[in-house]
Amino acid sequence: MARTLTPWQTVGPFFDVLLRHDRVSPAVTDVPGARIRIQGVVRDGAGTSVPDAMLEFWQPDPEGRWAHPDESRGPAMDGFGGYGRCATDGEGRFRFETIRPGQTPGPGGATQAAHLLVGLFARGLFTRLVTRIYLGDGPGLGADPVLSRVPAARRATLIASADGAGEYIHDLYLQGPQETVFFDV
Amino acid sequence: MRTYRRPDPAVLPPNDHPPYRSTALRHPREPLVIIPQTLSELTGPVYGHQAPGPLDHDLTRQHPGAPLGERIVVAGRVLDEDDRPVSDTVVEVWQANAAGRYAHRADTHDASVDPNFSGAGRVRTNGAGRFRFVTIKPGAYPWQNHENAWRPAHIHFSVFGPSFLTRLVTQMYFPGDPLLGLDPIFNAVPDVDARHRLVARFDLAETEPGVALGYRFDIVLRGRDETPREE
Ligand SMILES: [Fe+3]
Repeated sequence: MARTLTPWQTVGPFFDVLLRHDRVSPAVTDVPGARIRIQGVVRDGAGTSVPDAMLEFWQPDPEGRWAHPDESRGPAMDGFGGYGRCATDGEGRFRFETIRPGQTPGPGGATQAAHLLVGLFARGLFTRLVTRIYLGDGPGLGADPVLSRVPAARRATLIASADGAGEYIHDLYLQGPQETVFFDV
Repeated sequence: MRTYRRPDPAVLPPNDHPPYRSTALRHPREPLVIIPQTLSELTGPVYGHQAPGPLDHDLTRQHPGAPLGERIVVAGRVLDEDDRPVSDTVVEVWQANAAGRYAHRADTHDASVDPNFSGAGRVRTNGAGRFRFVTIKPGAYPWQNHENAWRPAHIHFSVFGPSFLTRLVTQMYFPGDPLLGLDPIFNAVPDVDARHRLVARFDLAETEPGVALGYRFDIVLRGRDETPREE
């Protein structure tokens, strides 16, 4: 190991300066697949909504393939990127539109249930918090190799509840009795 | 596929850090759940969000007029812990203007807004991991953390790297800034050497003569383990 990592610093409250120059929205518009929408509120340890959080999403295509050079099962769908990001609004709400991710391989030949990776950034957080959003009506949740590492009582914090066709609700709690599970990976 | 090494805790500021008041209600109290690095994390948005445009690296040329302030070049390389260049990855920056004010509705600092400065840029590293921005030196700005609190001048950096695990968001500071010693965000990095890697180096070689002074800022992302993971 020749070099020391560059340390993290908070995104602070003003990252919108960057996001407003995003020329594509998180919504995937020209790729076949079932459209889904995930929305929720980010809250702090006092239950107060967090109006200055940024969420990043990383997900595979509907066939479970990642848009990445190390994906060995064939290229992801044409036009599919897999990455999106958004900021919470004044009431701490976020809304992310995309296509339904497929199931993907896990360690030891396991299959992972459909999920999106989430990176959560905010003023008051030095580092990114890493979590996952599993789709509550998807197959394979019981056998998912990552969910099974999480104490059973806390698993629900990783699973978005289906709320009508293609609609999901998923609140994130930075702290407190309903604290979301965050990962060390 | 080879997994990524876990970061040395001495390099990571703790999310619970009382001198930075906003951490109090925002840091998780439960321990992080350790999980294996799966294909989900080993992949990632390699090429960032989108292709940078031809002028996205030059924050002084995004408007009809020139922004006020001292023009500077900020250049460097993105490397991994094993000293390998990270090529073709997107580096993003955002910052306050020369007066220390962001082009952001929530910034209430009573300092001039500059109509010729938005303060955001992006660029892709070349084959040697090199990037270069042209911008203006940001001003220090007051914040509400404690009595008479001022952030040292800084530029926010966002880097993607080859996987979800190499993501980095940080801040670059300027050498000789008297506010550095007083800043709870800068000083939250436990290891002193690591902390000072956040301070750019004045570099005459990066200067554009007659136009802009040069600063050098190298960025080091997580490196990979030596042995492939078992499938
Ligand atoms: Fe800032």
